[in-house]
Amino acid sequence: MTQPIIQLVNIVKSFDSQLVLDHLNLDFPAGKTTVIAGASGQGKSVTLKLILGLIKPDSGQILVDGRDITEMRRKELNDIRADFGVLFQGAALLDSLTLFENVALPLQERTNLNNKKIHEQVRSSLVQFGLEDHEDKYPAQLSGGMKKRAGLARALQLKPRIMLFDEPTTGLDPEKSMEIYRLFFDTQQKFGYTSIIVSHDIPRIFNLADQVVVMNRGRVTTFMPPEEIQRSEIPEIKSLIRHTMGDIYMG
Amino acid sequence: MIVRFIEKLGRDSLYYMHDLGRMGIFLAHSVIGVFMRPFRFRALLKQIRLIGANSVSLIFFTGAFTGMVLGLQGYYTLLKFGSEGWLGSTVALSLIRELGPVLTALMVTGRAGSAMCAEIGIMRNSEQIDALECMAVSPFRYLISPKVVATIISVPILTQIFNVVGIFGGYFAGIILLNGNPGAYFSSIEQSLVNQDITLGITKSFVFAMLIVWICTGRGYFVHQIRNAGFGAEGVSRVTTQAVVLSSISILVWDYLLTAMLL
Repeated sequence: MTQPIIQLVNIVKSFDSQLVLDHLNLDFPAGKTTVIAGASGQGKSVTLKLILGLIKPDSGQILVDGRDITEMRRKELNDIRADFGVLFQGAALLDSLTLFENVALPLQERTNLNNKKIHEQVRSSLVQFGLEDHEDKYPAQLSGGMKKRAGLARALQLKPRIMLFDEPTTGLDPEKSMEIYRLFFDTQQKFGYTSIIVSHDIPRIFNLADQVVVMNRGRVTTFMPPEEIQRSEIPEIKSLIRHTMGDIYMG
Repeated sequence: MIVRFIEKLGRDSLYYMHDLGRMGIFLAHSVIGVFMRPFRFRALLKQIRLIGANSVSLIFFTGAFTGMVLGLQGYYTLLKFGSEGWLGSTVALSLIRELGPVLTALMVTGRAGSAMCAEIGIMRNSEQIDALECMAVSPFRYLISPKVVATIISVPILTQIFNVVGIFGGYFAGIILLNGNPGAYFSSIEQSLVNQDITLGITKSFVFAMLIVWICTGRGYFVHQIRNAGFGAEGVSRVTTQAVVLSSISILVWDYLLTAMLL
């Protein structure tokens, strides 16, 4: 078994009186792709936010490279975050910046590269992601697929070791979804990052996964390779696949 | 019934203490962000344009009419006591010590404060602030601090524009329209205005600027955590209204406190 790069240990998280994560234990092995699936409201996105340090757990530890991020000060946490890249559900591009400025933002803020180098790197990324003709457009002028590609390009500028994807293909048609998956596959091959994907796009997302985690009521109910998930007789898994794919797939 | 009332009182007290605490921490981070590198001069200039330069026409208009009203009211009131020669002093002192800082701050709250709150609130709801944090970019340094500096620079300057335009507005109404004594108007200002009056006005405008930017950006930043605010566009709309109301009330309360302390 590959050494875990991220470990969630006994995580409890509730909002007001609602328990969202109930003693969650989960390991994410380095260099692998883990897909977190589950019905809505089972704590998948909360898990991502906890890993990113955007919210704190009520109790438990979140270990990144063996270091507990729940105890870290902001500066230490920022150093850890420099290893992360995130593609948000809505891409989360800054509205007031052009596509080019959005992609250049991490380089301008987090590196000492001069403007010429930044221009070169961003231009090359935009070509790789097929966005070179839209660099002066603002996010409101881009399609959903373009926003996701731009979000991915921005997330990869600092060559992260860990990539987190929150519903990367939600709202996209099958063709655009495949485009995102192709880019994901290409960039993972290139950068070799560990990836954690929260997705409902079953079964297509299984093609990318090394392991699949199914969450139910704030706990991990299943943790297995994708091919086993699809053959599983566990009622919660069958129910999840039936809900997302319908009975034909089950047949 | 009484138990429920006490429970609610306890819950509300805890909530407001918590809210005040996080707003205090927010203010501290925003001020620290001003001194963090790299400085964002272009962002600062953009904010000065949005908050300051774009408010000049509004301040000009408000200042002129406030001065004219003071000129008219002051002239007829002073006429009763045969003291219409002190009209300039009445208008200038009212503007410089009270009306200039207060009305300018209220106008900036309505025009720029609401925009700041809505902008930050929308950024919070659409995960743009989360994205900045994930890129290890401080949202305080990147987003809030340029607004803090721009408001602190703009509001005192706008206040002085308001005062000057108001004094000429009073001159227009009291002297040109009502045939008052032009020489007496300006000489009474010169005789009665002291440095302390100007210092009081400028101090007020700095404090009001801080209140506006703190409350408006802070409410937007915590839009997702404010009780009963609702979600999405409705949440931003409610929190923006709340920010404008809270800023306006704070300006009036602090106006009284500063006058009482510095008079």
